Amino acid sequence: MDILAGKVKMTQQSVNTAMNPTDMLDRQIRLTARDVTVHYGAKQALHGISIDIPDRAVTSFIGPSGCGKSTFLRCINRMNDTIEGAKVGGTIKLDGEDIYDADLDVVELRARIGMVFQKPNPFPKSIYDNVAYGPKIHGLARSKTDLDEIVVSSLRKAGLFEEVKDRLNEPGTGLSGGQQQRLCIARAIAVSPEVILMDEPCSALDPIATAIIEELIDELRENYTIVIVTHSMQQAARVSQRTAFFHLGNLIEEGVTEDIFTNPVNKQTQDYIMGRIG
Amino acid sequence: MTDTTLPTNAAGNATRALVRKSLARRHRDEMLFRWAGILSIAAALGFVAILFGMILAKGMPSFWQSTLHVEAYFDPELIEGGPRPERQAGASEADYQKAISDWQRAVTLSNWNAIVDKAVRTAAPDFEIETRDLLKLVTSAARFQIRDLYFANPDLLGQTVPVTMLGSANTDNWLKGTIDRNQPDERQQLAVSTRQLADQLVANGAIRFDFAWHIFTNVDSRSAPASAGLAGAFMGSLYMMLIVIVLAVPIGVASAVYLEEFAPKNRWTDLIEVNINNLAAVPSIVFGLLGAAVFINYLGLPRSAPLVGGLVLTLMTLPTIIIATRSSLRAVAPSLRQAALGLGASHNQTVFHHVLPQTFPGILTATIIGVAQALGETAPLLLIGMSAFIANIPANPLDSATALPVQIYLWQGNENRNFFEARTSAAIIVLLGLMLLLNAIAIFLRTRLERRA
Amino acid sequence: MNALVVAALLLVLLTLSYQIGWSRSRKLAQGGTETRLHSRPIYHGVLVALFATLPAIVVLGLWALFSDSVAHNFILSQLPASVSQLPPVEVHAAVGRVQAIANGFGVIGQPSPEETAAAGSFASFQRLSFLAVIAAAAALGAGGLFWARRRIGLRLRARTEVEIAIRIALIACSTVAILTTIGIVLSLLADAIRFFTFISPIDFFFGTTWNPRFQSAGTGSAGAYGLLPLLWGTVMISIIAMVVAVPIGLMSAIYLSQYAHERVRNVVKPIIEILAGIPTIVYGFFALVTVGPFFAAAGDAVGLDINATSALTAGVVMGIMIIPFISSLSDDIIAQVPRAMRDGSMGLGATKSETIRKVLLPAALPGVVGAVLLAVSRAIGETMIVVLAAGNSPVLRANPAEPTSTVTVSIVNQLTGDADFTSPQSLVAFALGLTLFVMTLLLNVMALYIVRKFREQYE
Ligand SMILES: Nc1ncnc2c1ncn2[C@@H]1O[C@H](COP(=O)(O)OP(=O)(O)O)[C@@H](O)[C@H]1O
Ligand SMILES: [Mg+2]
Repeated sequence: MDILAGKVKMTQQSVNTAMNPTDMLDRQIRLTARDVTVHYGAKQALHGISIDIPDRAVTSFIGPSGCGKSTFLRCINRMNDTIEGAKVGGTIKLDGEDIYDADLDVVELRARIGMVFQKPNPFPKSIYDNVAYGPKIHGLARSKTDLDEIVVSSLRKAGLFEEVKDRLNEPGTGLSGGQQQRLCIARAIAVSPEVILMDEPCSALDPIATAIIEELIDELRENYTIVIVTHSMQQAARVSQRTAFFHLGNLIEEGVTEDIFTNPVNKQTQDYIMGRIG
Repeated sequence: MTDTTLPTNAAGNATRALVRKSLARRHRDEMLFRWAGILSIAAALGFVAILFGMILAKGMPSFWQSTLHVEAYFDPELIEGGPRPERQAGASEADYQKAISDWQRAVTLSNWNAIVDKAVRTAAPDFEIETRDLLKLVTSAARFQIRDLYFANPDLLGQTVPVTMLGSANTDNWLKGTIDRNQPDERQQLAVSTRQLADQLVANGAIRFDFAWHIFTNVDSRSAPASAGLAGAFMGSLYMMLIVIVLAVPIGVASAVYLEEFAPKNRWTDLIEVNINNLAAVPSIVFGLLGAAVFINYLGLPRSAPLVGGLVLTLMTLPTIIIATRSSLRAVAPSLRQAALGLGASHNQTVFHHVLPQTFPGILTATIIGVAQALGETAPLLLIGMSAFIANIPANPLDSATALPVQIYLWQGNENRNFFEARTSAAIIVLLGLMLLLNAIAIFLRTRLERRA
Repeated sequence: MNALVVAALLLVLLTLSYQIGWSRSRKLAQGGTETRLHSRPIYHGVLVALFATLPAIVVLGLWALFSDSVAHNFILSQLPASVSQLPPVEVHAAVGRVQAIANGFGVIGQPSPEETAAAGSFASFQRLSFLAVIAAAAALGAGGLFWARRRIGLRLRARTEVEIAIRIALIACSTVAILTTIGIVLSLLADAIRFFTFISPIDFFFGTTWNPRFQSAGTGSAGAYGLLPLLWGTVMISIIAMVVAVPIGLMSAIYLSQYAHERVRNVVKPIIEILAGIPTIVYGFFALVTVGPFFAAAGDAVGLDINATSALTAGVVMGIMIIPFISSLSDDIIAQVPRAMRDGSMGLGATKSETIRKVLLPAALPGVVGAVLLAVSRAIGETMIVVLAAGNSPVLRANPAEPTSTVTVSIVNQLTGDADFTSPQSLVAFALGLTLFVMTLLLNVMALYIVRKFREQYE
C-alpha cells in the first residue's frame, strides 16, 4: 500500500518537475520517511522530513552544514539510538516495515542498512579482520573458506582487492586515506546489506581518491540502494540520480538530480545552487 | 509483496535468515554482559556500604560512654602535703620550683583511691563490695582526674563537690553488652559484685551514657583504656599536615611551573618527567625507609618526631601535587597565553600574572588530595618510630608523637579487644570525618574561586 | 624571643630595601631624561631587596644551624677539663646547669664557683656572639643594599635579573623530586650493601627460610634471611587482589561509560571513587574485623579450613581497595578510543557488548594492560592491609587460606622498635626495600611506557 502511495507521489513529482520522468518510474521505492523529526535534548534538528528513496539508485542529500543531513541519515539505520538525548519522531519504512517498530530488531536492521562514515574508521585490526568483522558477528560464514570468499569478494566489489591482496594480514590503519575508506565500504558490503548510507565519504580525501570512490559508488548502484550525504554539489551531480536539498532542518526540495540543478522550483534551492547560501 | 521481483533480494533474504538465526543468542550474550556490569557495580557499591556500615555500627556507640556522676569529698586526712607553698621572698626561681615539686609529690602520693572509693559509695550507700572490686568499676584514670581537679584548685581541700568519673573499659563492655552477658563468670572480666553494682548504678541514674568528649581531648592511655583519646595523635597529624602544606605545595607548584612553562624539552626534562611519574608510584613504605636512613640515621633528627614524619610525607606528596598542577596548567587555554604575550607581557609575567591564577582551583584540589593522602598514610610513619606509645600532647614538631592512622594501628592491636574494636572504629570515624571535612572545604573554596574567575 | 626580633629586623630590612630601590628608580625615571627606565620600579625594588636580605639570611641561617654546638663547646671549654671526661648524659646536664645560671633561671642547690664563672663568661659570650652575628648580618644587608642601590640606572635590566633569580628558585624546586629518587636509591643501596656484608646475596635472594632471630633472643647466630617465602606471599596476595579488582573494576568502568545513564553515572562514579580515598589502615581493620571472620565462618559452613588472617583475606580486601584505581584508569583509557570505532561497529549491526568486546577492548588493550601493571605495583607495595590481615607467617606454602607474610610486612617488622642500623636484623629491611623498589620501578616504567605509546596512537 504505502509503496504504491509512494510510487504515485513520486510519479506526480516527476511529472511536476517534468524533465526526465522515465528515469525514476521503473524503480521500486525502498524507503519511505514521513514527518521525521529529531530532537537533541531541547533542540530540534529536523522539522518533519518526508521523502521516498528508490531502489538501486543513488540519492544524495545536499545543504549547508548543520542543516540536518547527517542527522536524517542516521535516522535511517537508527544510529541516533546510540546518541544520548536524541529523540526521533515520525515514521520511516523499509519495504513497508516500520523500522522504529518496537518489535523490530535494530541489529538485524543495521545488517540490512550499512553505513560508511565521514572519516575512514577502520578498526585497529588486520585488513582481513576488518572485512570479516561483520560476517563473523552475524554468523554469515559457515566455514573459514566461506569467510575467505566473502572477504575477497567484498574487497573486489570495493575495488580494493588488487591493491591489498598481498597484505591482508597487515593493519587496516596502515592504508592510505582513500584505501581506508574503500576498506570501510568493503566492510559494509561484507554483510550483504540492501541499503548503504554514506555520510560525506570523500570529505577527508584528496581529489584522486575521491574520483575512485565516486566511480565505485556508481558501480555499486547496480546492486544497492545508496544514500549519500555530500557537501559538494558537483559530487551530487556526478554520482546521484536523485537529490534532496535540506535547509535548517527542513527538506526544501527533492527530485531528479538534473532537475534540481538545472531547474529548481524553490527559491532557497536556487540560492544554494548559485552559491548564495553558505 | 513485490520484493520477490527484485533480483538482489533473493541473496538478501538468505542473509537475513542467517542473521536471524543467531539473534537470540546474541541478545542473550548482550544481557549477560550487561548484568555482569550491573553486578560489578553492585559489588563495588556493596563494598562501600559494608565498609561504612561496619565502621559506623561498631564505632558510633563508642562515642557515648558510661560515666559515673557522684559527689567527692576532698578529705584533708587523706590528702597530704598541706596547702600549696607560696613563693618566699629572696628564694631563687629554682628553689621555689623545688618546693612546689615537693608539694606536688606529696599530693600525688596521697591515697586518691580511697577518695574515689568513698565517692562511688555515696551513689550506692548500702551496696556491699570490696574496695578492690569497686575500683574496677571506674577507669583507673579516675583518681588522677580527681587529683588534677585538686591541683587545679587546691582550695577544694575539705570540700565536697560533684565529679564525673568514666566507667572502666570493662564496665563499659558489660553495660553495652559487648561481651555476652550470659557467659559464665570466669569468662567475664569483672567480678560479680562489680557487675551488680554497675547495673544498680545505671538503674538509679548515677551512671549515664554521656558523650565521650575525652576522645577528642585526652591522649592515649594504656593503664586506663576507657579514657584514651586522640588529642596527641591529632596534634601529631596536624603538625605533619602543616609541614606538608608549607613545604610540598610551594615546592610542588614551583616545579610544575618550571617543568610545564619554562623548561626546555630535552633529555634532562624528559628524565625528570619519568622520574616524577615513577616517584608517584613508589610504595609509601619506601619513603619510610628513606626517612629512617636519611633523616634519622644520617642527619640525626629525632625519632618519632612529627618533623621527620612531615618531611617524609612531603616527599611522598610532592609528585601528586606536581602532576596535578601540571595538568591544570596544561588545561589553561593557549589563547590566554597568546593574548598576554601579545599585550607585551614577558614570559614570566604571562605565567605568573595570567596563567597561574587560572590554575588556583586545580592547585587547591591537588593540595587537598595530597594532604588527605598524607593524612591517612601509616606505613612510612611506623618506620620512623611514630608507633611508640606517647602519653603527651606534642608541644612542638620535634616532640615525640603519633598520628591518627598510627593511633588506629596501635588501638586495633590492644589486648582489650572488646573495648578497642569499638574505640578503633571511633578513631576511624574521626579520621574519615576529617578527610570529608578537607574535601568539603576544597569543594567550597573551589566553587568560590571558580565563580570569581 | 631572639628569633622574633631577628625576624622583625629582617622584615624591616626587606621593606626598607624594597622601598629604597623602588623610589630611587622612580626618581630616575622622572628626572626629565628622554630615555625611559628599562624595568618598572617594582623590579628595582625587588632586586635591591634580594641583594639586601639574601646575604643576611644566609648568615643567620648558618648561625641557627651551628649556634647550639658552638655554645656547648664554649661552655665545655670554660668548665674544668674533668667535666668533658664524664659520660655524655652528665656532660649534657653540666652544660645545661651553666646555661640555666647564665639565663638567670637559677639551679637547684648552690652553684659551684666554676659554674658561676663559666656562666658569667658564657653570658657575655652569648651577648657578644649574638651582637656579632646581628652586626654581620646587618653589615652584609646594608652592603648589599647600597651596592644594589648604586647599580640602579636607566639601563639596568632589573627585570631580567629578577626573572633569573625566580628561574633559579624554580629550578631548585624541581630538583627536589630528582634528589628524592637519588636519596631513595642511595640509602637503600648503601644499607642493603651493608646487609650483604653479613648475609650473602645468594642466601638472601634464593633462601627459602625466613627467620631473622633478634639478637637479644639469639645465641649469636644471625638467623635465616631467605627472601622467597616473602616474595611468594607478596605474589600470591597480589594475584588474589587482581582476580578481584580487574574484573570488577573493568566491568564497572565499561558499564558506567557505555551503558549507564548520565544521572546514574554521576552518582555512582564518585561513590566508587570514595573507595580510593579511604586510608589503607582502614581497609586493614575491615579485613581483620569483618572480612577475615566472615571467610573463616563461610569456610566452616562448607567444611573448609580457612584462616581468618590469610593471603585470601588480605588479597580480597586489597582487591577492593584497587577497584577504583582500575576502574578510573580503564575509564580514561576507554574514553581515549575514538567514538568512530564504536560507530563503525554499531553501524555494521554489532550489539553493544560485541562492540565493546571485539572493538573497544582490543583497541584499549595496551592501555588496560598498563593500568593493570600499575595496579600490581600498587598491590605489592601495599603495607597496612597485609600487616593486619595476612597473618604474619613467613612460611613458603601454596594454600591461600593459610596465613602468610610479605616483603612489606617484614620491612615493618624489622624496622619498628629500636632499629640500630648495625645488625642484619634491621639492615635487612633495606635489602627488602631495595627488592621492592626495583620490582615496582620495573612495573611502573613498563606500564608508563605502554600507556604513553597507547595515548600517542590516538593523538
Ligand atoms: N549529537 C548531537 N547532539 C546535539 N546536537 C547535535 C548532535 N549532532 C548534531 N547536532 C545538531 O543538529 C543539527 C544538525 O546537525 P547535522 O545533522 O550534523 O548537520 P549536517 O550533517 O547537515 O552538517 C546541527 O545544528 C547540530 O548542531
Ligand atoms: Mg554532517
